[in-house]
Amino acid sequence: MPQVFRPRANALAWTVLIIAAALLVVAVCLAAHYFSSPYYSGVDRTPPQPVPFSHKHHVGELGLDCRYCHTSVEDSSFAGVPESEVCMTCHSQLWTNARLLAPVRDSLKNDRPLRWQRVHDLPDYVHFDHSAHVNHGVPCQACHGRVDEMPLTTQKKTLFMQFCLDCHRNPAPHLRPPDAVFEIGWQPAGVPSEARQRYGERLMARYHTPTTERLTDCSLCHQ
Amino acid sequence: MTLRACRHRRAGTAAALILLSLLLSACEQPDMANQPRLDTYQSDSGFADGMAARPIPEGTVHRDQALNERPTHNPAPINRGTLHRGRQQFEIFCAPCHGRNGSGQGVIVQRGFPAPPSYHLPRLRQASDAHFYDVITHGYGVMYPYASRIRPADRWAIVTYIRALQLSRNARIDDVPEALRPRLREAPP
Ligand code: HEC
Ligand code: HEC
Ligand code: HEC
Ligand code: HEC
Ligand code: HEC
Ligand code: HEC
Repeated sequence: MPQVFRPRANALAWTVLIIAAALLVVAVCLAAHYFSSPYYSGVDRTPPQPVPFSHKHHVGELGLDCRYCHTSVEDSSFAGVPESEVCMTCHSQLWTNARLLAPVRDSLKNDRPLRWQRVHDLPDYVHFDHSAHVNHGVPCQACHGRVDEMPLTTQKKTLFMQFCLDCHRNPAPHLRPPDAVFEIGWQPAGVPSEARQRYGERLMARYHTPTTERLTDCSLCHQ
Repeated sequence: MTLRACRHRRAGTAAALILLSLLLSACEQPDMANQPRLDTYQSDSGFADGMAARPIPEGTVHRDQALNERPTHNPAPINRGTLHRGRQQFEIFCAPCHGRNGSGQGVIVQRGFPAPPSYHLPRLRQASDAHFYDVITHGYGVMYPYASRIRPADRWAIVTYIRALQLSRNARIDDVPEALRPRLREAPP
């Protein structure tokens, strides 16, 4: 039987192996880069909206409370996006001819809802509830960042499981008293940063925050 | 084609398939992440208006809704809880225009919204609780109704708080219980 491989095949085999190994390294690097990139995590994603609504203007400058527009955030799992009528409580008199606001006026006139695009969107297999968080001292800011500085609404946190669990394992440094939940940029007065954990633990006792075991139980979020 | 070239090609295809299958692992499982159900406010072409959130049919009565007419007097008990709730709701929904002190110079008015009358005018000091309740429910002139966002109990709490604001503008030191007067004097003006 003749030889199947000629001596040159040795070199070829090595070359192929080395190239394969190199490709694998490149693939792993690319994957790592991709999975930590904003493209994958959605961080800094700013979907285009039918009206360029600015929280910077309405919250940062005018000082409106979140609940003026996101009315159901304390009562239901869903924070709610305002109807056009809510915008018109003010814009029936202010900026009444602005082109920017034409879609809002048409929407109210024709009774057609505006098509706001979702900024944050969890996969459907995750259960999330706003009221359970905001009524127990978790501020909007912990999950949505500095909304008052956003000319257009942007996602600021990954919303990955890791993000939820980081807080569920130790919510103390994030917790605030009930009145401060809706305020952006709030800091406990006279509490140095070393004492923030203790301050939060006292709040946990007051809110009867469930145990770590309960808060990291798979069935809490995957029902 | 030689046998060797053919083998090489097959190996190449296998390698390409393995690499491609690596890519698959990054795929979301679309049916779990996006299940065939409608989420709140999702658009849905199955309905004529394209909305998944259905409007409440006309004539629906909420379980907690009082069926009788609106009471003519404020049913909210006057206590710290009512005032606290009333203040909170007032500051969310009314203060942007009426101002935190009710004088009618809120931030939206400073930006050009028509100024509402001050709550401290004699006419509004004499107006009944029910008048305030009705203004919140049905609106008044250029002011839109707030019935869809403020439930009846909270409307009464707001009215109670507005009454407290009105009193505060015309209060004298004699109105304060003796025991609390020193605390008032300590407070910054
Ligand atoms: C004047 C009305 C108004 C007020 C006040 C307001 N918002 Fe909004 N908010 C909107 C509108 C309209 C949208 C939808 C358009 C968009 O995403 O920009 C929105 C969207 C959002 C979103 C993104 C929702 C998504 O699609 O994922 C977040 C988060 C949010 N608001 C947080 C807040 C917080 C926190 C506050 C209070 C500090 C607040 N908003 C106050 C009107 C308001
Ligand atoms: C409580 C009153 C109020 C409500 C409610 C309100 N706005 Fe405004 N909005 C204002 C005021 C006041 C200005 C002008 C700000 C200024 O003069 O600096 C403004 C400005 C704007 C502008 C143009 C200025 C800019 O660059 O942002 C847009 C667009 C706008 N609003 C959209 C909306 C939409 C959409 C809604 C409903 C979700 C809404 N507003 C609800 C008070 C309001
Ligand atoms: C613990 C984290 C967390 C907190 C605290 C939180 N949110 Fe959210 N928010 C989310 C997540 C996650 C979503 C996406 C929900 C989904 O896809 O179902 C979301 C979505 C939203 C939306 C889009 C509509 C909706 O309900 O899905 C709005 C508006 C919003 N949040 C406003 C607020 C406001 C206002 C507050 C504070 C009063 C707040 N959120 C506090 C995590 C949070
Ligand atoms: C900044 C802190 C924080 C973050 C971030 C956070 N949570 Fe929570 N979550 C809490 C706390 C605190 C509680 C307990 C509330 C209580 O006292 O009952 C809670 C409770 C819950 C509950 C139980 C609600 C109920 O019905 O009892 C669910 C479900 C939940 N979180 C889901 C999530 C998901 C999903 C995310 C990520 C998108 C998330 N949380 C992110 C702090 C957080
Ligand atoms: C605090 C809420 C929370 C808890 C508790 C939780 N998860 Fe998750 N999980 C999430 C969120 C949010 C996501 C979606 C992440 C994303 O957007 O890719 C997720 C995604 C997943 C996924 C899909 C991952 C992927 O990349 O597609 C699996 C599998 C999973 N979780 C398993 C578990 C298991 C097992 C447990 C218990 C040990 C658990 N989870 C507990 C919030 C939670
Ligand atoms: C967007 C600005 C705005 C908001 C928010 C607002 N109002 Fe008004 N309100 C007005 C204006 C403007 C008038 C004067 C209307 C007119 O005379 O055409 C008015 C008038 C009134 C009056 C006087 C009616 C009379 O007899 O003269 C009362 C009482 C009142 N508002 C109560 C409230 C309460 C309570 C809230 C909160 C739930 C509220 N308003 C929120 C703008 C506002």
